[in-house]
Amino acid sequence: MDAPSASAIVQLEGVRKSFGAVRALAGVDLDVRAGECLGLVGHNGAGKSTLMQVLAGTLAADEGRLVVAGDDITASAGVAAARAHGVVCVFQELSLCPNLTVAENARVMHRAFRGFGWRKRAGAAMAAMLDDIFPRHGIDPADVVADLSIARRQMVEIARAFLVTDEPLRLVILDEPTSSLDQVVAEQLMAFVRRFVARGGSVILISHLLGEILATSDRVVVMKDGRVVETRPARDFTRDSLVAAMGSVAAREDEKRAAAAQPAGEVVVEARPARQADGRSLRARRGEIVGLAGLAGHGQTDLLVRINAAAQGREPHARVAGAVAFVAGDRQSDGVFPLWSIAENITIRSLGGLRRFGLIDPAAEARMAEEWRQRIAIRTPDMGNGILSLSGGNQQKALFARALASDAGIVLMDDPMRGVDVGTKQEVYGMIRAEAARGRTFLWYTTEFDELRHCDRVYVFRAGAIVAELAANEITEERVLQSSFAEEAA
Amino acid sequence: MRQSAFSRLADWSAERPWLWSFVGAGLIFLATTAFTSGKGGGDVLTAALTFATFYVIVGIGQMFVITTGPGNVDLSIPANIALAGAVAMKVMDGSNAMIVPGLAAVAAVGLAIGCFNFALIRILSIPPIIATLSASFLVQSTAIAYGRGLRIKPPPIFAELATGRVLGVPILAIIAILVAAAMALVLRRTVYGRSVLAIGQNARAAGLAGIRVARVRFATYVLSAVFASFCGALLAGFSGGASLNMGEEFLLASIAVVVIGGTSVAGGFSNVPGIWGASLFLYLLVTMLNTFGVGAGVRLILTGLIIIAVIALSGGRRPGRG
Repeated sequence: MDAPSASAIVQLEGVRKSFGAVRALAGVDLDVRAGECLGLVGHNGAGKSTLMQVLAGTLAADEGRLVVAGDDITASAGVAAARAHGVVCVFQELSLCPNLTVAENARVMHRAFRGFGWRKRAGAAMAAMLDDIFPRHGIDPADVVADLSIARRQMVEIARAFLVTDEPLRLVILDEPTSSLDQVVAEQLMAFVRRFVARGGSVILISHLLGEILATSDRVVVMKDGRVVETRPARDFTRDSLVAAMGSVAAREDEKRAAAAQPAGEVVVEARPARQADGRSLRARRGEIVGLAGLAGHGQTDLLVRINAAAQGREPHARVAGAVAFVAGDRQSDGVFPLWSIAENITIRSLGGLRRFGLIDPAAEARMAEEWRQRIAIRTPDMGNGILSLSGGNQQKALFARALASDAGIVLMDDPMRGVDVGTKQEVYGMIRAEAARGRTFLWYTTEFDELRHCDRVYVFRAGAIVAELAANEITEERVLQSSFAEEAA
Repeated sequence: MRQSAFSRLADWSAERPWLWSFVGAGLIFLATTAFTSGKGGGDVLTAALTFATFYVIVGIGQMFVITTGPGNVDLSIPANIALAGAVAMKVMDGSNAMIVPGLAAVAAVGLAIGCFNFALIRILSIPPIIATLSASFLVQSTAIAYGRGLRIKPPPIFAELATGRVLGVPILAIIAILVAAAMALVLRRTVYGRSVLAIGQNARAAGLAGIRVARVRFATYVLSAVFASFCGALLAGFSGGASLNMGEEFLLASIAVVVIGGTSVAGGFSNVPGIWGASLFLYLLVTMLNTFGVGAGVRLILTGLIIIAVIALSGGRRPGRG
């Protein structure tokens, strides 16, 4: 459509980036003009954050050209080059040093505050910027960051990014800037963004609040599967057309799934998310496969961890009837015991039942490991080998085996298919359905829409709370996306 | 063929990280007896078995604590030994009839110190290194107040237990070997032992795998404290009475024997036999330097250097499993 105009401040051409076998960016062209706010939307894994990291210089692209303010900085790409050309990014993960004051944090990013009295000057500059963006912010530049609320830290982070010292400021990237701000403060920020672009600056705004995107942006770019699939002026989009552009427009024909005859089993799990304001809670009956959907990091893992804790009697806000097993998605931090063999990694959840005369019976342990090597097809010559000798997908199978081999009637799965190849996935889906038919209950958090179609019921999460409950025949990608992005107080 | 025999040997020793501490202890023993032309070899061995016993007892407790993961260590052992020794002597009061109540009191001291340590760590969220160190000041002060001017001899039977021999082997050493064997079984073959190893590798994953992390850590700190208390009582019985500074050398020794024995300081990987090898090694090392007529200052320096060398060398043989 629009040719990159002469006023383009940033041009990306054919940017590609892969992490191992995962292609995060599959050739992205993007231009940002001076004096515009560009909205960037797409669901998790669409490549938004990767693209912004390439632009801010924290990730190097595999291929493609990066031109900022007329200079081709592809070769010299890096944070320093990006900063020198006036590109600043406020990432989702806050980057302030919690042990320093607000003024000192300004100094970390802006080297211009040096010499005698730098603290005072940095503090004054920060106070002025905060006043400009967030009137009545209540932050003192001498406050230590660790003492500030999350919202105020976010405000400091944003103000620091907009501070201009010895380097020019052309483009500010805001990645989910309002995720921890309340309505009033978020509106202050959006108003400031409009003032900033009116003065000729540029902003890339990433947000899951579509209303915010539509109200603030001049143009909206939609990404999907590592590509830009739509670029249009914001006024040409409506909420629905934006949602449709992110997902697949035509609702897919549901494949024949085991028609979920209303399960008559008793409720075995009942849990309320920590931030649930209304009376909704998650319930799962015996033999049900219950999906936890929504965008990544909206409280699904947190709830699973709480249910797991409840099974140990450490969590009053969840009720669990029966033993619970957990299948980690983040293998390294939540699942694998790296010094142990595959067998030891599988049996750890079941040791109580493998005892003879109070001691763990090595023969019984070996039998369990061997049984599961065959049942779940772990590709190894010897279950006594170290767990790290396995590929990621096979490690994941071992973690499934740990849960399925246990006596647990309830299995919690924390997006467990990350990095698992298609063949393995199909095998595991089959096992889950078979185990559910035998009366096991599965709570399945997944960020892959296709996996939700194996579920009997789906809860959609947003901002740490359940916002929708979908029955089997209501599970469509559009419904899930619609709920994931719905506005507060619609 | 030779290559495969060699690599099999390498595998065999990699699975037995305690091997090297015994090899080291053996070499030092040979060097010592070579210097004295073989005279007194038997006496050195007996003394080594006796003194190593005390290292072994506290070392096993410390090993379990260190195995529960980075940052976990029990620095209250010396003060614990001083207090337990004083309590044992006072309760027993030189009377054979009071040995059992005395040992019960010792167990109670260990239990109390273990609970106190863990309360500081868990409830007040103080890092274990600080928590156990500050607990040790309180415990040591209690020992000083309680045991001031204490000059009570151990009951005869208790002293006999601590110093006697069966067929030339110290009774204490026999007890310590049995205890070590039992604790090796606990580490490998019980749910508690596996939980300790799992928590040391990845505490979050352990919690998600259904292990009650806090409970296991609690049990471990209590275990370490109870072992140290019994060591204090035996030490008092062995040296004819309690003294307030008899635990001093066990602060570093308890950690050194754990590390020299092949236990990972990062947690999650440990073994009991290594504690025995390392304890013998540590005692024989000091004996050898004494035999060579090295002065006290040089002896400390050499001890330090040799421990550093051992740990540096052992760093290269992390478990090569898989």
